[in-house]
Amino acid sequence: MTKAQAVELAAVTKRYGDALAVDAISLKVKAGSYCCLLGPSGCGKTSTLRMIAGHESVTDGDILIGHTVVNEDPPAQRGTAMMFQSYALFPHLSVAENVAFSLRMKGVGRDQRISRAKELLDLVSMADYADRKPNQLSGGQQQRVALARALMTEPSVLLLDEPLSALDPFLRVRMRSELKRIQKELGISFIHVTHSQEEAMALADLVVVMNDGRIAQAGPPREIYNAPRTPFVARFIGGHNIIEEGGRTITLRADEVSLMPPGEAPESHRAAKVSDIEYRGPDVRVSLETERGEELTAVLGERAFFDRPLDIGSAVAVGWRPEAVHELSAEG
Amino acid sequence: MDTRPRSFYVLAGFFALFLLFLYGPMISVLVLSFQGPEGGLVFPMNGVSTHWFDKLWQGGGQVEIGGALRRSLKLALLVMVLTVTISVLAGLAFRRRFRGATLLLYVAIASLIVPSIVVSLGIALEFRLIDDAIKAIGMDLGIEWIQNDFVSALGPFSSGLGAHLTWTLPFGLLIMFAVFNRFDPAYEEAARDLGATPWQTFRHVTLPMIAPFLIGVAVFGFTLSWDELARSSQVMGADNTLPMQLAAKTTTVTDPEIYALGTATTGGSILLVIMMFTLASLLQRRRQRG
Repeated sequence: MTKAQAVELAAVTKRYGDALAVDAISLKVKAGSYCCLLGPSGCGKTSTLRMIAGHESVTDGDILIGHTVVNEDPPAQRGTAMMFQSYALFPHLSVAENVAFSLRMKGVGRDQRISRAKELLDLVSMADYADRKPNQLSGGQQQRVALARALMTEPSVLLLDEPLSALDPFLRVRMRSELKRIQKELGISFIHVTHSQEEAMALADLVVVMNDGRIAQAGPPREIYNAPRTPFVARFIGGHNIIEEGGRTITLRADEVSLMPPGEAPESHRAAKVSDIEYRGPDVRVSLETERGEELTAVLGERAFFDRPLDIGSAVAVGWRPEAVHELSAEG
Repeated sequence: MDTRPRSFYVLAGFFALFLLFLYGPMISVLVLSFQGPEGGLVFPMNGVSTHWFDKLWQGGGQVEIGGALRRSLKLALLVMVLTVTISVLAGLAFRRRFRGATLLLYVAIASLIVPSIVVSLGIALEFRLIDDAIKAIGMDLGIEWIQNDFVSALGPFSSGLGAHLTWTLPFGLLIMFAVFNRFDPAYEEAARDLGATPWQTFRHVTLPMIAPFLIGVAVFGFTLSWDELARSSQVMGADNTLPMQLAAKTTTVTDPEIYALGTATTGGSILLVIMMFTLASLLQRRRQRG
């Protein structure tokens, strides 16, 4: 395998006619790291990925892979490989020939390329399926084949476009750890587009939250979760309450909110009523409506909740530790 | 079990009538082509024989179709190849959404609404102009073979070929539109990503994936040309195609040899279609099996 390469975007912009899809974003992804571009649909994350891959032209700005500006290079010369959302496995070719496709284009003989394909199929535990056709495989198997096919070009950066979105939830979690394992094993950079904050948290060294063609926040998962920069980021990654407090917009993690009987807690911050209770297994989600009309969510551990169970309509005092308060910047 | 509503029987009757009109004539011709040696052009059958097929095969009867048959076959094959090639290339071009694409498409398709016989007449008129021009050039430059031998540029493989392509290409293009509409460009991007040149992408990815549909375009192109009469009528010059020969003969021939010919050519068409679709399903199966 080739060496991992860093990826750098310098004021990269993408316009489709009058529509601005990506608005001068700048980003550095360290060599060998796992980066997730996270955001709602239409936020520009896929356009960004496709520009890095070379399947979309750059309207303005520069894309660097390693120390080279690759704006004008065709996809195959960038040292990137892309895994498509639909996998795009060639239906008329066997699994082995799909994986060996890049070698075939280079004119490598059949025996040699098939044996190399088998090595990569081994890496994704698909060696037994080498002679099948793609439509005889399940979604998860197709994905492994697509991964092997992309890795065949020995990329220094692997680009993944919503790779797990077509899988059922159980398989998604399994393939997630598989992706992480392979990324560690190969040591190359992964850039992974997703709209699932859970996926991004689980996989990424660097989470890049995007909104409206801009980067709302980029940082390690813990930083994003504990210190969201804007209300948008806090809302999008979930588990946060956004409230006004003393003229500031603050966010409060739902698992930092504690509920007590009214009057019992001297330092309580809000009086509220329980508007909904959702049992979720490991924890219980309690929706609250404060006297000021704010909507809050508290997530309580299962045991903690049932030690002092609440009903819809119960009056409670809502409190939190002062350290749990995180101030948000107003924009976004 | 539910009773069927009355509308079922009305519609079933209508469908039966449709089938009768569709296949009745073919069956009549098929049966009459096995008329006995003494039999005539209409029912009743006067014995059963292959006499008229023998006569057709040996030639020299009232129906002389050898030349027309070979000409029609060559023309239809040429039309088939050109229709497939041009439709695929045009279909690929239209995927790019270039400026004026919509207008160009309408121009290409709109000719379908012009009556075939008018198209045929028009092409013949155009070729008269071309003939005049060629003769004028021959005179001016003193080119001997034009002055002595040139009669007309009209012919099955010039004006005739053009006339047939005006009929087959719009259909071929429309089929390719439908095919490429459902073709996910991610396949081609994947090929490019894996280092394929544009030609390799076409050769190893696009073409194999659209191949089954191309067989459909090919069959369409062939059969449209093979039985085209109206568009052929004015543009074949001194030669006749098979449908033209048949049309001419129906008014003069007095024995069932013409039915034997009808049966033979229909059989040929059916055989061709079966062959093509067998090929298509073989391709499909090869794709599905390992």
